[in-house]
Amino acid sequence: MSRELLAVENLVKRYGENTVLDKISFRVQEGETLVIIGPSGCGKSTLLRCINALEPIQGGRILLDGQEISRDAKSLPKLRQRIGMVFQNYELFPHLNALDNITLAPIKVQKRKRAEVVEEAMSLLERVGLKDRAYDFPRQLSGGQKQRIAIVRALCMRPEALLFDEVTASLDPEMVREVLDVLLALAEQGRTMLIVTHEMQFARAVADRVLFLDGGKIVEEAAPDAFFDAPQSERARKFLRTFTFETVKHQKIGGYSK
Amino acid sequence: MPDLGFEVLWKGKNFARLLGGLGVALRISLVAVAVSMPLGVLLGLVMTRKHPATRILSRLYLEFVRIMPQLVLLFLAYFGATRSFGWDLSGEFASILVFSLWGTAEMGDLVRGALESVPRHQYESAAALGLDGAQTFRYIILPQTVRRLIPLSINLVTRMIKTTSLVLMIGVVEVLKVAQQIIEANRMSSPNAAFGVYLTVFLLYFAVCWPISLLAGHLEKRWL
Repeated sequence: MSRELLAVENLVKRYGENTVLDKISFRVQEGETLVIIGPSGCGKSTLLRCINALEPIQGGRILLDGQEISRDAKSLPKLRQRIGMVFQNYELFPHLNALDNITLAPIKVQKRKRAEVVEEAMSLLERVGLKDRAYDFPRQLSGGQKQRIAIVRALCMRPEALLFDEVTASLDPEMVREVLDVLLALAEQGRTMLIVTHEMQFARAVADRVLFLDGGKIVEEAAPDAFFDAPQSERARKFLRTFTFETVKHQKIGGYSK
Repeated sequence: MPDLGFEVLWKGKNFARLLGGLGVALRISLVAVAVSMPLGVLLGLVMTRKHPATRILSRLYLEFVRIMPQLVLLFLAYFGATRSFGWDLSGEFASILVFSLWGTAEMGDLVRGALESVPRHQYESAAALGLDGAQTFRYIILPQTVRRLIPLSINLVTRMIKTTSLVLMIGVVEVLKVAQQIIEANRMSSPNAAFGVYLTVFLLYFAVCWPISLLAGHLEKRWL
């Protein structure tokens, strides 16, 4: 029933001699939430950046709805409008207030009517609980608020797919939740999303499918429960173990004294 | 109270002559500012280009103009050009020329710095929203650059105004030269004139530059 929205075929990305992504292939169906996890430096963020053509690639191709995304394509700005991206460090425009950050691209790039865009922006802001911060500048907002604004900014372009690049990695713990809740709500709405994250419980809750990347390759691709309960590869098991802690009991050792 | 020699200012047209001298200094600096601001913006844009030849050429120009003391540049343009090339430049024209060259170099470097201080992520964030190169420059990069640039360039303007006091060395009669003339002419009748007259010169420069500095400070606070 669902159609294929994004296809990555034999993607190769190198920085000089160093191969960061080695013939990666996967497909994303419309409405699917794909979570990409793996140790740091495994190429997860690079993968997202390649999908949005922020990085030149050295091999393979990326297709959005059958159209190739390439840095040389004249249609690249058009294709990028169809993919929303949210970055680790928010990357809001510091000279614009929250509302202008959100409405700039819909008005200037998509040439939509200001009144209509503002209305949509305000209702999106309301949904993430930030309607009263619409006229604040980024420097007046907390990290979690900035990130929610950045998500609304991406949503207001009405993208077909959303890329989230470690969007909670630079947030204080108490702000992580408010951002993850927004992502969970989006997944419930049936948005097509690619999420790179280090939040394992969240990954399990939100994912339709998990990609485990290591050393520039897809090591495992599975449903979340299968992956987290019974990872197939030793590398995945080792990776998941780093997120669990043994309970340390403070036992009194009787009769032992010096 | 010691005799500070202020009375010289009220002799004849002395005060009006000082103001006239200030007018010459301002004319030179403001014409130079008007020339060097747009040229500096262009130079700054050129300097951010990756092409090695444009980089080297603009760098050479910048270093040459900045390393040379302004006085040497003035001598070079005024005395050097006359002897070697037979150009009969007026002192004021030579001054405007030198100050424009200098201002362009300084402004160019400010523009380059301001452009390069916009983080790469701002370009990526704009690209991810589907903005093309021109839109990114116009809506994202330019406003941020201008905000950084305005206080810096206003400071450059005050530096240019103050540095015009050097042009008396090539015979341009600006405010400091007029002050010297007044002091010299009254050496017998008011031997203490130096203090009062130079203090007046100081106050005149202050009256011109202080509001400009205030403006820069105000804009800095509002935009940074």
